Order: sequence, then structure tokens, then C-alpha cells
Amino acid sequence: MDSAILSLLGAFLLSVIGLFVFIWSLRKGLLVENPRAASVIFARGELGRVDDPALKATAQAAMQAAAREPGDAPHAPDPGEVAQRIAADRSTAVPVFMFIALACLWLLLGSLAGLTASLKLHMPDWLVHEAWQTFGRMRTLHLTAIFYGWITNASLAIILWLLPRLLRTTLAGTWWVLLGGVLINMAVASALFAIASGWTDGMEYLEMPWQIGIFLVAGLACIIGPVLYTLANRQVESLYVTIWYHVAALLWITLLFIVAKLPGVHFGVQQATTNWWYGHNVLGLWFTPVGVGAIYYFLPKIIARPIRSYNLSILGFWTLAFFYAQVGGHHLVGGPIPGWLVTLSIVQSMMMIIPVAAFAINMSGTLWGRMHLARWSPTLRFMLFGGLMYVLASLQGSFEALRAINQVTHFTHFTVAHAHLGAYGFVTMVLFGAIYFMLPRILQWEWPYPRLISLQFWLAAGGILIYFISLTLGGWRQGQAMLDASRPFMESVTLTVPYLQWRSVGGALMLSSHLIFVGHVLAMLLRLGPQRTGAALFAQPRGLELTRGE
Amino acid sequence: MENEGKLLAGALVTLGLATAALVVLPYIQVRDIQPPEDLKPYTSAELRGRSVYVANGCMYCHSQQPRDRNFGPDAERGWGRASVPADYVYDRPHQLGSMRTGPDLFNIGVRQPSKDWQLGHLYQPRAYVPGSIMPSYPYLFEVKDSAETGDEVIRLPPGFGPPGKVVVALPEALDLVKYLQALKHDYPVLPAEPQVVAGPAP
Ligand code: HEC
Ligand code: HEM
Ligand code: HEM
Repeated sequence: MDSAILSLLGAFLLSVIGLFVFIWSLRKGLLVENPRAASVIFARGELGRVDDPALKATAQAAMQAAAREPGDAPHAPDPGEVAQRIAADRSTAVPVFMFIALACLWLLLGSLAGLTASLKLHMPDWLVHEAWQTFGRMRTLHLTAIFYGWITNASLAIILWLLPRLLRTTLAGTWWVLLGGVLINMAVASALFAIASGWTDGMEYLEMPWQIGIFLVAGLACIIGPVLYTLANRQVESLYVTIWYHVAALLWITLLFIVAKLPGVHFGVQQATTNWWYGHNVLGLWFTPVGVGAIYYFLPKIIARPIRSYNLSILGFWTLAFFYAQVGGHHLVGGPIPGWLVTLSIVQSMMMIIPVAAFAINMSGTLWGRMHLARWSPTLRFMLFGGLMYVLASLQGSFEALRAINQVTHFTHFTVAHAHLGAYGFVTMVLFGAIYFMLPRILQWEWPYPRLISLQFWLAAGGILIYFISLTLGGWRQGQAMLDASRPFMESVTLTVPYLQWRSVGGALMLSSHLIFVGHVLAMLLRLGPQRTGAALFAQPRGLELTRGE
Repeated sequence: MENEGKLLAGALVTLGLATAALVVLPYIQVRDIQPPEDLKPYTSAELRGRSVYVANGCMYCHSQQPRDRNFGPDAERGWGRASVPADYVYDRPHQLGSMRTGPDLFNIGVRQPSKDWQLGHLYQPRAYVPGSIMPSYPYLFEVKDSAETGDEVIRLPPGFGPPGKVVVALPEALDLVKYLQALKHDYPVLPAEPQVVAGPAP
């Protein structure tokens, strides 16, 4: 039989199995909408009380006035449940703060390396005398610091902070979590030194030498233990969708990393398929579920309305788990790997439209008529921007996987533009928003200069837009030039240079926004800034948090 | 949805399926591939050169996977025939790459066998290709007042060397060039699986 038909059949069969698993898991209450499950993020009586810890009391009051809707019955949130949440936050404050602080450090180093790599692409004789400064190493330092340093630390902070909140309990095994954090960050630091000195495993996203990777896995294991233990000892009956995404993501990244790093097993073409199985899964089964899970919590929490459809969110979870895991082959379209594998991945890339649409429909339903609240809440603005970019990047990705388009874009800067739309526009922006929300609760102190939050948002958003637009145009033209045999290869090189320069401009804006962000965190830590009611919040946390609805 | 068992089981099953499809099946499919007769294992100098290639991240600008004729003009550009899994049996780690900021290098040994050109190009790409954005690699070379015995002095086009001095290739650069010269995959192979050729051959 024709191999293409066979592989399509295979893909179809796998999808059907997935669907059965999905239906089996939902057989109870599949068709009944479940508003109670969607509301577990609120304490009793808290619906309709907006919550953005990054806002001053006056701004919060203004937002509250704008958020009023007919049918709201104003009464105080259940004090018992609020106290429970305060206890949950207390139990995670120390480890979560550690993860955020280290994430900030890697963010600065990583984006500095990114900007350096970007400048080197149009200034090829700049910083060439030291091996560690060469483009190939700078780029890898950028990715390792950003992926394993910034995104992973910030993701762990969010997962750990939300877990006890959503399970209405306290975090178990804090010391293990702290140890895990230390191991992971030791691994990141050593990996950066190794890569700078030329010791690398030489595969994209997996450059960290496996000997160092052992520490990363040990660190993740130290965190998974307490997470599962806390999960087993929860006080709520129903698991909110964020828990699904986050716990699964934590397991996935650990297993992915172990399998991909098995020393001495993978070689040649098979190693390439494993490399990209990992490569897209680290995005699809680690960053994406963390980001999507975070939006599912923070966005409804800020605007104080439950998500539109709880079932749709669960549908999104299962389809994402199933389809996303199999898209890795779309990184090797046209490559020397079995044709069925590429076809499978392209089919599943298209199927990814389902979870993305589920997310988009759910979020627009939740936000319908409430978009104006973003005017008041900068945290909400980050979440909205991130959610929108998630949808756009994913739709772009689905089409980018089609052979006809991938043929042009595959080896070009177009891919890099898409990569930053996803990893920056979506993931990084959501992480920023979440940190703006969490840190006042953790440090029990207000953000000293709220204006800086808006400034950072606009710099970052402007930067990524310049970055994305310039490289998308440049990458597409580069791809077309390369496909045209009558044009010399060098044409595809020289025509990209102006676009690469624009990317550096966008990247410089992004880096400056990161400087503001980290500076702001430092100012908060040092208790700088105008003396405001915030100090009182610190002095008597309980009373004030209660009146502000937490 | 209140059962954490379901969550854990579901997460593992979906990942297991994907691992079977993308990791285990390809492993089974290529495990027993025989290296083509004309493909020699790397010599130790070439392997050292390959690790220089890996350590300096040449892969982030150069792919090693020429595509089929009906997928792009790779062959016309002199990058070689479409590669097949058997071409890679000695490659650990694989260096297929995902960017073509520079040309595909899978057959650079065929296209550019000259050691002098390769060394000089590594020292300063713009001495040979104006407008190139490939980084220069002066740290793979040493600038000396005069050559000593056994030194491999590189010949640069006029105006590109340091005036009054000589540029000597370090062992890393020599090994790297040996590896580049060994990148030759021009022997005939049977296609791994029948390719459906669409449209007239160019
Ligand atoms: C920033 C991207 C970049 C990096 C990193 C890079 N190159 Fe290049 N390379 C290019 C570009 C662009 C060209 C085409 C222009 C030229 O020949 O200089 C090229 C051309 C070449 C050529 C000539 C190809 C031909 O068909 O004539 C060779 C050989 C080469 N590179 C080897 C290397 C090696 C070895 C490394 C690692 C030590 C490396 N390159 C790193 C961008 C890069
Ligand atoms: C439906 C969802 C998505 C699909 C189908 C998809 C598809 C693709 C495709 C086809 C490529 C190009 C591969 C190539 O030609 O080399 C790609 C690259 C990439 N995508 Fe996506 N994408 C999706 C969502 C995302 C999201 C949400 C993120 C961010 C978290 C993301 C991050 C990346 C990155 C970082 C790369 C670059 C990989 C590399 O070459 O190094 N993608 N994606
Ligand atoms: C902090 C958030 C950031 C994230 C999550 C991120 C993510 C990524 C990813 C996934 C890639 C791989 C792309 C690919 O292989 O296709 C990459 C490469 C790159 N990034 Fe970033 N990045 C960030 C910030 C920056 C900044 C601020 C700059 C500055 C200009 C930058 C410049 C680069 C460059 C130059 C590359 C290499 C592209 C190439 O190989 O041609 N990044 N980044």
C-alpha cells in the first residue's frame, strides 16, 4: 500500500484511540456544564470582587467600580476560606520567592546573550577573539539561560504558588522543594559555564551535557515528590483545570528530559527525531501548559468571574496532551527521516487547532464585555496579550507545518520570528503578569512604582512586535530567495541584513523592559519607593488582606 | 474531573504514545541500517574536528541535510543529492541543523576541497565572500612574527592579514578543516523508500 495512505491511516487510528481515552475520562458529567468546578478559585462570596495585587487601593477601587455587573450581591468573602488561602500563600512564600529571584537573574543574562547574538549576526567581526563570545556559543547561552533559567524557574514559581491555593491546603516538603531549586539552578549555572567553554552535547535545546542534566532531573524529582504529596492531601474535591495542566507539565518535562538525554542510545537520524520530539515537547508540554494553566487561573481571578466553560477547558487539556506530543516531526519536513513520521506530525499540527480554538472560545466568552478592565489592571493586560499571542502563534504554527509553507520558511529567520512570538509574546508575557500578581502577596509589599509596570508592558510589547514583524518579512524573503536556483545563495544572506538590524532594535527594547522589570523587583525587595499604605499592609497583613478580599 | 489518578495516567499514556511514535519506532526502523560501502568512518583527526564544529555551534547556521529535488534547488546549488538515514550512521551527536543562514555543508568536501581556502575562510570569511555574515574565527589561529618549523601558515588574499606578521593555524583549525573535507556524501544510494516524484524533473 502507498506509504502516505498508510501513515495517514496510522495517524487517524492514533487520534481515535486518543479520543476514546478522552471520552472515558469524561464519562461523568460530560454534557453538563459545571460552574461549581470553574468557581473553585474563588472563596465563597468573592465572585465579583476584582483582585489585582499590583494595584494601589485607589486603583483597585476604581477597577471594582468598573467591574460591577447586574446581579452582583456584595458581601464579604468567607473569612475561613480567605484565611485558608493566606496559610497556603505563607507555606509557599520562601521557595516561590527563591524561584522568582533566580528567574530574574537568568532573564537578564539570557536576554543580554540574545541581544549579543543578534548584533553579531549583522556585525560578524564584533567580539570574535574569545571562543566563548562566538555566535554559536552566545546563541546557545541565550537559549539555555532563557529556557532552563528564566522560563523553568518562573514556571516552577507559578506552579508551586498556585498548587496549595487551588487545593486549599499548605505545601508539603518545603525543604525538598528548596533543595530541588538549588539543584536545578546549579545545573543551569554549570551548563552555562560548560557551553561557554565548548563542552556541549551538541543538540538544539539539549546542549546541556548529560552529566549536568542529572542534577536537573534530580532537582525536578525533589519538586515532584512534594507536589504529588500535596495533591494527595488536598482539601478540595474538584481539581481545577490549572492543576491538570501544571501537574501534567511537571511530569512531562521530567520524562522528556530523561528520555532525550539517555547517553549512548541515540544516534544519527533517530537522534534527530528524538531531538525534535523533545524540542517541540519542551514547548508544547512544558511552557504551553504552564502558560495556559496560569491564564486559566489569573485571568478569571483578576476580573472575578469564573471561566465560561469548565468542560471546554478540560477538552482543551486532553486534546493538547494528545496532539501536541506528536508534532515534533514538523521540524524535519523534507529531511532524511521516515515520511510517515513527518506526515503524522503535520496531521497532528493541524489537529492542534482544536485545543487552541477551545482556549480561544473559552477566553473570549469569559472576557465578553469585560475587556475594558484591562485599562485598569496591568496584570490583566499581560495575561490578555499573552493569551492572544498564544492563539496567534499556534495558528501560525499549524500552517507553518504544512509542506507548501514549510518549504519556504523551514531554514529561515521566519522560524525564529514564530519562536519568539510563542516563547516571548505568549510565555514570557504571561510569566511577567503572574509575577506582578504573586510578588506583592509573597513579600507583603506593594509594587513601589506602578507606572513602571505599564512602561515595561509597552516596551516589551513594542519590542516583540518589531522583532516579529521584521523577521517574518525578512525570513519569508530569505526563503524565497533560497528556493530560486537562479539567484545566488549570497542574495538570501545580504537581503536579510536590514531585517536582522531591526530585530536588534526590537530586542534592545525587550532587554530594556527586562532591566526595568528586574530593577522594580529589586526596589520592592529593598522596600524603596514612595511610602504608601503598602507599609501598613506589611504591618498588619491579616486585617488588610481580609478587607481587600485577598 | 476530580481524580488525580486519571490525571497521572492520562498524562503518561499520551506521552507514551508520542514516545512510541517519535522515538521508539524510528529507533527500530534505523537500528539495523548498514552504512553504505563508500561511507568511511571518521578518522580520529576528523572526529576531533567534528567536536570543534559542535563546540563552536556551526550547526546554528549550517544544515547538513540536502533536500530532494522536488522540495528545493539544493542539488542545483551543489549541496548534493537528498540525504538518507544511512548517511548518518556514524554521526553522534547528529548535526542536521535547522537554519540555513549559511549554505548546507553536507557535501562541502566535494564542493570546496581546498585546505587553504577553508583555513583562510575560517580566519576571515569576508576575505573570500564579500558581504558574508559568517563570524570570523581568529581564536582558531595564532598571529606570529615569523613562522617556525611545522607551522601551517595560511595564505590570505592581500590586505586581510595582519601587516608584517604571519597567521598560523592552531591544531583545532586543522582538524576542523579535515572534518569539512571529509563531508562527502556523493556516493550513490538507493532511496530509503520510494519517493513519489511530482512534476517534471528539472
Ligand atoms: C552566523 C552564521 C554562521 C556561523 C555560526 C557559521 N557560518 Fe559558515 N557560513 C555562513 C554564511 C552566511 C556563509 C556564506 C558566505 C560565505 O561563504 O562566507 C557561510 C559559508 C561557509 C562555508 C562555505 C560554504 C560554501 O558553500 O562555499 C563553510 C565551509 C563554512 N561556512 C563553514 C563554517 C564552519 C566550519 C563554522 C563553524 C566553525 C561556520 N561556518 C559557522 C554563516 C555562518
Ligand atoms: C499549534 C501550535 C503550534 C504549531 C503547530 C507549531 C508549529 C511549528 C513549526 C511548523 C515550526 C517550524 C519548524 C521548522 O520549520 O523548523 C515551529 C517552530 C517553533 N515553535 Fe511552534 N508551533 C506551535 C505553537 C508554538 C508555541 C505556543 C510556541 C511557544 C511556546 C512555539 C515555539 C516554537 C519555537 C521555539 C520554534 C523554533 C524551533 C527551532 O527551530 O529551534 N510554537 N513551530
Ligand atoms: C526573554 C525571552 C526570550 C525568549 C523566551 C527567547 C526564545 C528564543 C528561542 C526559542 C530561540 C530559538 C529560535 C530558533 O531556533 O528558531 C531564540 C533564538 C534567538 N533569540 Fe531569543 N528569546 C528571548 C529573548 C531574546 C532577546 C531579548 C533577543 C535580542 C535580540 C533575542 C535574540 C535571539 C537570537 C539572535 C536568536 C538566534 C536566532 C538564530 O539562530 O538565528 N532573544 N530565542
